[in-house]
Amino acid sequence: MPEKKLVLQANKLGIDFGGLTAVNNFNFKIYEGEICGLIGPNGAGKTTIFNLLTKVYEASRGEIVLNDKVLSKVSTFEVNKLGIARTFQNIRLFNQMSVEENVLTAMNNDTDYSLFDSFFRTKKFYDQENQKHEKAMELLRIFNLDKDADSLASSLPYGGQRRLEIARALATNPSLLLLDEPAAGMNESETLELMNTIKKVRDTFNIAILLIEHDMKFVMGICERITVLNYGQILAVGTPEEIKNNPKVIEAYLGGA
Amino acid sequence: MLFLTYLINGISLGSVYAIIALGYTMVYGIAKMLNFAHGDVIMIGAYIIFFMIYKFNLPILLSIIISILICLLLGIIIERLAYKPLRKASSLSVLITAIGVSYLLQNLAQLFWTSSNKIFPNIISNGSFSFGSISISYLTIITILVCLLIMLVLTLFVNKTKIGMAMRAVSEDKDAARLMGINVDRTISITFAIGSGLAAIASALFCAAYPAVYPTLGSMPGIKAFTAAVFGGIGSIPGALVGGIMLGIIETLSKAYISTQLSDAIVFAILIIVLLIKPTGLLGRKVNEKV
Repeated sequence: MPEKKLVLQANKLGIDFGGLTAVNNFNFKIYEGEICGLIGPNGAGKTTIFNLLTKVYEASRGEIVLNDKVLSKVSTFEVNKLGIARTFQNIRLFNQMSVEENVLTAMNNDTDYSLFDSFFRTKKFYDQENQKHEKAMELLRIFNLDKDADSLASSLPYGGQRRLEIARALATNPSLLLLDEPAAGMNESETLELMNTIKKVRDTFNIAILLIEHDMKFVMGICERITVLNYGQILAVGTPEEIKNNPKVIEAYLGGA
Repeated sequence: MLFLTYLINGISLGSVYAIIALGYTMVYGIAKMLNFAHGDVIMIGAYIIFFMIYKFNLPILLSIIISILICLLLGIIIERLAYKPLRKASSLSVLITAIGVSYLLQNLAQLFWTSSNKIFPNIISNGSFSFGSISISYLTIITILVCLLIMLVLTLFVNKTKIGMAMRAVSEDKDAARLMGINVDRTISITFAIGSGLAAIASALFCAAYPAVYPTLGSMPGIKAFTAAVFGGIGSIPGALVGGIMLGIIETLSKAYISTQLSDAIVFAILIIVLLIKPTGLLGRKVNEKV
C-alpha cells in the first residue's frame, strides 16, 4: 500500500487567553483520505483548536504544518486558500443569498477574469462562470440540494442548511475539511444520511476530514481515529474501539453519561 | 402644473441625496460603521473639479473623472489610515474617529483654500425642456438620469460580479466570509472606493445646482443623505434610492408650500415618525443579532 500523504500536522500547539491556558501541547497528524474525530467534554478546547488551525486565533505556542508548509504569518482567508475549510457550530450561511450563490461565493478564487470581463460579459467570463456553475451544481447534487439551488439559503430546512454549509466549505477546494458538530440537532435518519454523505465526500475528493461531534454513535461509526481532549490537553488517541474501552476516557467523558 | 414642476425638482434633488446615501449605506452594510467623513469627501470632490477647470483649464468631463479618481483614492486612504486599525475596536471609537476625520478634512480645506466661497463653474448648460406649461432644466434631467444609471450599474455590480457577491457575503458574516477565502480587508477597501467615487459624482451634480464651494460644503448634504439612508433602511441599496428621493420631494414641497425655513425641520420630523413606526427604515431588514 502506498504511503499516504500527510495533510496536516500540529506540533505542541497551545494558546492562552489571559492567564487561562485553553489548549496546551496539542500534537496531531491527519493524512489524506482519513476521517478523524475530536471529542471531549464541553469547554475542553475543541472549537478553539479549529480556530487555531484556521488562524482565527493566533497560537501562543507550537506550529501548524499544512501540506509541508509551516503556517506562520498568514491570515484566515489565506489559510483557506492554502487548503483548510470549515463549518460552524451554529450555522453561519449567507442567509440573504441563494443556495447556489453561497457555494459560488466560496469559489471566488477559482476565476481570474477581471472586472472588465464581468461587465462586458466576455467569453472568458462566460467560460469560467459556466465552469463554476457546473462545479457548484455537482456539489449541490452530492448534498441533495440541487433542486433548491435558487431558493434563499435561509429558507432551507435545518438539515439542508447543515448540508449546505459543508457544500460551501468544499467549494473552496480544501485538502482538510473541519466540521464543527455537523450532526447537531439532526434526527436519527438525517444523521445516518449525513454519515453516508461525509464518507462519500471523502471517497470522491480524497480529502482529510476532522470533525467535532457529541453524538457518540456518529463519531464511533465514521471516524477511523479519535482524539480525546480534556481541559485543553490530549487525554487519549486511538481507534473507536480503543477509545470506547479506555478507562481514562470513560472516567472523564463517557462515564458521567 | 406648478406642483408637477416642484415634484420633478424634488426628485432631482433627491437623486443627489440618493447618490450620496449610497456611500453611507454601502459602507454601513459592509463595515458596519457610519462614515461621517463621507460628506467631506463631497467637498473635496467639488474643490478638485473647481481647480481642474479654473487652474488647469481642463474640459468639464475630464475634470469630473479626475475628481472621481482622486476621491476614490481618498476613500481608500481614509479607510486604511483611520478605520482599519480600529477594525476590532468598539463602534463608538470608530464613530468618533469618523467625526475626527470629517473635521480634519474641513480644516485642511480651510487651511489650503481659505474659508471664502468659490464660485463653482457652470458645468451643465442653463437651457431647459418645455412640456406644455412645465419647464424642466437640463440639470434636473441629467441628475435624475445619472442617478438611475448609477443605481442600475451598482445593482448589477452587487448581484452579478464576484466582487459584488463577496461584498454581500462580507456584509452578512465577515468571519464566515474570511473562512471561505474572501479577502475581507480588500472588499472593505473596494466599498470605500466606490462610495467615495460616487461622492465625487454627487459633488458635481450638487454644485451644479448650488454653485458655491467652501470647506463645510459637505456637511448639510452629508447629513441629509445620511438621513435618507436611514429613512430607506441603512444597508439597503434600493433603500438609499427610495429614501433619497422621498427626502428630496418632501424638502422641495415643504419649501414650496409651507416654509423655506421650516423645510429641514419638516424633513427630520418625518424621519423621526418613520423610525418610530418602522425602526429599520422603509426597506430595511430586521437583523437578527448573532450570538
